[in-house]
Amino acid sequence: MGYYLLKRLVMTVLVILVAMLFLGSLSHIVPGDPVKLMLGPRAKPDMIERVRIEMELDKPVPVQVLHFAWNALHGDLGTDFINKTPVTRLIASVLPHTIYLAVFSLLLASLIGIPLGVFSAFRPNSWIDRVTSIFSVSLITMPTFVAALLLLLLFAVQLRWLPAIGVGNTSDPVDYFKHLILPAVAMAVTWIGYLARLVRASTLEILNANYIRTAYAYGLSERLISYKYALKNSLIPTVAVLGVGLGNLLGGAIFVEVIFARPGLGYLVYQGEMTRNYPIVRGGTLVVALLFVFANLLADLSYHYLDPRIQLAKLDS
Amino acid sequence: MTADVITLEEKPAVEESGRPSFLHELFRRPAGVFGLVIILVLVFLFIFGPSIAPYSPIAQDIQHRLEPPSAAHWLGTDQLGRDLLSRLIIGTRVALGVAFPAVFIALVVGSILGMLAGYLGGWVDNVLIVVTDSMQAFPSMMLALALLSVLEPSVKNLILVIAISYTPGYARIVRAQVLAIRESQYVEVERAFGATDLRIAMVHIFPNIVAPMFILLAMDLPTAITTEAGLSFLGLGVRPPTPSWGVILNEGFQKIRISYWPVLDASLTLMIATLGFTLFGETLRDILDPRLTGSRRV
Repeated sequence: MGYYLLKRLVMTVLVILVAMLFLGSLSHIVPGDPVKLMLGPRAKPDMIERVRIEMELDKPVPVQVLHFAWNALHGDLGTDFINKTPVTRLIASVLPHTIYLAVFSLLLASLIGIPLGVFSAFRPNSWIDRVTSIFSVSLITMPTFVAALLLLLLFAVQLRWLPAIGVGNTSDPVDYFKHLILPAVAMAVTWIGYLARLVRASTLEILNANYIRTAYAYGLSERLISYKYALKNSLIPTVAVLGVGLGNLLGGAIFVEVIFARPGLGYLVYQGEMTRNYPIVRGGTLVVALLFVFANLLADLSYHYLDPRIQLAKLDS
Repeated sequence: MTADVITLEEKPAVEESGRPSFLHELFRRPAGVFGLVIILVLVFLFIFGPSIAPYSPIAQDIQHRLEPPSAAHWLGTDQLGRDLLSRLIIGTRVALGVAFPAVFIALVVGSILGMLAGYLGGWVDNVLIVVTDSMQAFPSMMLALALLSVLEPSVKNLILVIAISYTPGYARIVRAQVLAIRESQYVEVERAFGATDLRIAMVHIFPNIVAPMFILLAMDLPTAITTEAGLSFLGLGVRPPTPSWGVILNEGFQKIRISYWPVLDASLTLMIATLGFTLFGETLRDILDPRLTGSRRV
């Protein structure tokens, strides 16, 4: 465990460093002048020169890349070149909205997906199981932006039950929650299907295990076997996947945030992209990558903690 | 003469002995057949779209904009009075025309990298692991966004970006397979007989990684279609007036309060397409790799 942990941590640090180097050199690995690309074809030469100096694009490439990585390690992601606001401040102001969104939608997905999976595993090949399995595949394959658009159409535009735009009043929890529902459901859709499937598979595997058969042989009640012996073990892989899911949702929030015009990390990166505000895109993407990496690390470690039978060293080959 | 006839008749029978069983397996799974039918329809529309589409996908008719479905326009019209059915049909050109090449490039480049890393080991392997891990540290959509922030939006760049974000997956799976096979006894025996690295790679390792690659390919196609549509929806992929499903969704989204038909039509098209590819991909996996089936179906 100690060796694995060390290896995993070293790898995480390396990955973060490479991600920084990649984002730092991004504007140089493609042909063309990054400043001209950012400012568009109508930019005046003096403007181009000013931005070039401001963004330190006049310095040698390796210096720029190292400078970005060094600053990033010290919590400085540069400044937005339109409003001159530090990128870290921009990110900090919207990050909570994205985190609430991701956590709430994962919670929603677990509350619906896990019981569905358990339910169909206890009645394999029944009609309920079949319906659930068709339902899960349809949900898994539904792109998040399609789910978001359809929900927006039905509940905000047609029925007018829920608001369509923004995060609502941050000091009014009820209003904030109302604005959270549709985006969270849209993001949860894929994960409901995915969790239902995963839980069904892992529960079925456990139900076929020898120790469950032994429990039956001892005459224990079905209820006791299901809840005390089967369910606990079958949910272990799910807990690990939830960590990965959180990372994914944090990064995948972009569509939902754009469609519902919700301030958040994804929306920030999108706006940066639209205005060619490169420091925002670079900083925002790095933060998403960091969250993603740490969520994955946490998932991996919790997997081992929850199920000591798993040899993590073997898993990473 | 008679002997000739017999050999001619027998040869195909021997060669095809593997195929009927695959089709037989496939036809036992209705979901897979359903998926295959959807894929075939999409490919048919991809090839013959221009001659099937009732209207030009860019012909505007301002008099009849944002109309609900009618006899003249089966799926309604968009904000410029363009026929949505025609636009969705021609949209297969972008959807499949981006997804197929992108996934194929990822497959070829990823396989080569994975084979090199798995076979050579040492620092080559370590570099590959760190690089692919770092690339996979970004959710694939964020990686695509980061790359597109410095690239001009075009079909070519879209293919490139999707290919880049999918390459690590193939490199990893091929590397893992190569490592497993390299240590197997039959390769050891072959090496003892003096086989070269190239021979071992081509004769022993390559055929063994074909099945897992096919499975990954089939599973990645629907996500590639979704990625293209998503990026085009955000305005970072295919540019209007080119009829991409993502562009149609975006234009419909702008007018969602006036007419819901554009969004509804494009959403359903995208859902059916991804469902078809996914169902077929999963069936393919169940048939080609029965080891994975056991964990899902009892």
